[in-house]
Amino acid sequence: MDKSLTMPASGPVSRPGISAPAGSRLETGPQGKRPRKVLSSRNIIVYGALGLAAIYYLIPLYVMVVTSLKGMPEIRLGNIFSPPMEITFEPWVKAWAQACTGLNCDGLSRGFWNSVRITVPSVIVSIAIASVNGYALANWRFKGSEIFFTILIVGAFIPYQVMIYPIVIILREMGLYGTLYGLILVHSIFGMPIQTLLFRNYFVSLPEELFKAARIDGAGFWQIYFRIMLPMSLPIFVVSMILQTTGIWNDFLFGVVFTRPDTYPMTVQLNNIVNSVQGVKEYNVNMAATLLTGAVPLIVYFVSGRLFVRGIAAGAVKG
Amino acid sequence: MLNNVSARTQSSVSIRELSLSFGSVTVLENLNLDIHDGEFLVLLGSSGCGKSTLLNCIAGLLEPTEGQIFIKDKNVTWEEPKDRGIGMVFQSYALYPQMTVEKNLSFGLRVAKVPKDEIDRRVARASGILQIEPLLKRKPSELSGGQRQRVAIGRALVRDVDVFLFDEPLSNLDAKLRSELRVEIKRLHQALKNTMIYVTHDQIEALTLADRIAIMKSGVIQQLDDPVTIYNRPKNRFVAGFIGSPSMNFLTGELVDEGGHTVFKTNGVSFSLDGYDAYEPLKGGRKVILGVRPEHIKVDGDIAGGEVHEAVVDIEEPMGADNLLWLKHAGHVMSVRIGGARRYAVGAKVRLAFDMTMASLFDAGTEERI
Repeated sequence: MDKSLTMPASGPVSRPGISAPAGSRLETGPQGKRPRKVLSSRNIIVYGALGLAAIYYLIPLYVMVVTSLKGMPEIRLGNIFSPPMEITFEPWVKAWAQACTGLNCDGLSRGFWNSVRITVPSVIVSIAIASVNGYALANWRFKGSEIFFTILIVGAFIPYQVMIYPIVIILREMGLYGTLYGLILVHSIFGMPIQTLLFRNYFVSLPEELFKAARIDGAGFWQIYFRIMLPMSLPIFVVSMILQTTGIWNDFLFGVVFTRPDTYPMTVQLNNIVNSVQGVKEYNVNMAATLLTGAVPLIVYFVSGRLFVRGIAAGAVKG
Repeated sequence: MLNNVSARTQSSVSIRELSLSFGSVTVLENLNLDIHDGEFLVLLGSSGCGKSTLLNCIAGLLEPTEGQIFIKDKNVTWEEPKDRGIGMVFQSYALYPQMTVEKNLSFGLRVAKVPKDEIDRRVARASGILQIEPLLKRKPSELSGGQRQRVAIGRALVRDVDVFLFDEPLSNLDAKLRSELRVEIKRLHQALKNTMIYVTHDQIEALTLADRIAIMKSGVIQQLDDPVTIYNRPKNRFVAGFIGSPSMNFLTGELVDEGGHTVFKTNGVSFSLDGYDAYEPLKGGRKVILGVRPEHIKVDGDIAGGEVHEAVVDIEEPMGADNLLWLKHAGHVMSVRIGGARRYAVGAKVRLAFDMTMASLFDAGTEERI
């Protein structure tokens, strides 16, 4: 457009026709941001409901923590809500190192290390494979990829119970039944549908043109995966890791079916401690054992919660 | 369409009988195109016309269902994108977000295992041409839209390619930046003299940049010509209506023989066709569409002679440099472009003269130029 038609170069503020009414002082009355009442009925309802929900979930946790810190005489007094009069860590030590399950009397520690040995390889293997699956399905639409994807998704909806017995036979034939490797294999395979779906949807949400640009730059399947896609995928890897870690750590069914007593994961061992029918019920030890078992998922959530939310909201990744 | 075999020796990119369909949907149909060495060709069309698909086929990102693609006389139909000697610039820039500008530029070379000093030399040259040296250590997220697109062009530049492919490179930029970068791309083409194929839906970009424009509709090239010919002698009604803003005025009517001359008649008003350069002798009795661009209708003082019509001003749209009048005449509303200083009141009577040397006549049935 012609220069002469635009606004005159900004000179003094008093341009004719645009100047404010004389004096340009504010009149009395409402001005600026409207004040809001803190104790409005809306706020009371919202925060009240949130507070109740929080208390509802926190009370059992509170009871467990205080009980685990009491000695048995104090527990027998019966008041489960009262804080411990004398704090003792004895039950925690006992739960970790001395509680008996069957013939073993080395506490939960054995189960803990079993669970670590199961969870770490399962998480790594399943994420490694699922991320490549998802990447291939999202970016390299090979012949039959849609059918492959559909089959995989259907797999996610088949109830586990249906598959347990066939898998027992398969593992037996492979000579893996009762070993940690067998359970690792089962966990890796069962995580595959959901994990693949998760990664595929994430990679689909990345701009397709990045992938095209990389192809024109001459990068191949693995180069694009490792040098372009991986560095952009931290959020989804964190989400996937959290889901897999907590899922596999909390698993009970596969653990009890596919392992033997000396390779039981922590959850199965916890059950055996809590449900042992001999002698006195040691509530404080049971509570401590339960908290110890739940500690890993709790820590995972606390540490990576922020990344988790970011990953769930992914798709907003800018190119 | 151009299909002579001798053109192949001097052409940079040749497309032979290319078809592409996704399932039952045909996107490109039996398409032939020869792009000369050093030519700036613009593929122009509205969304869904297949222009980006064609570009992706040339790049090797999509496999054609049928046909062949030649680049520098080499059949590259089955070649990988990297082996075709092409560089591509995308609408969304497609810069690798985790890499610095320097790493973005050199990625292709590093993948191809080019020696380090050669990479440095080429990155320095490209960043010099595009004036992005101060940005080399930055991440794409720290750049403005215009800077990002410059880096994206640089990525094609460092790879020393024969053919540049642009896929709507300016569509994500604001109007001011778009016109600046448009000039820069033109300057780049004049300096490098590479073959460039440029996809856009913006007719201004097409008219200003192109040596030749290919206008596409539903997977078929409607017209392939230089911008002036496309603008002044559109081959059919679609091309005529697609190019030009505001759009060409279309009057439907018929040809009538009157006193030894053939004239155009609509709603009882006849228009002399003196000066119209017809492909075939005009005969009466044919249903036709007369197309006249807004600037080819002269008003009042501009009239130099010839047949004069009279019309009424319906709406006036002052646009600064120009003034656009919407006039009612012979049962049609038509737009006329006059100088910005000349103003008319609504309802005013104006005299018109139609410049038939610049007009277009289309058959009402086939919509082809006659």
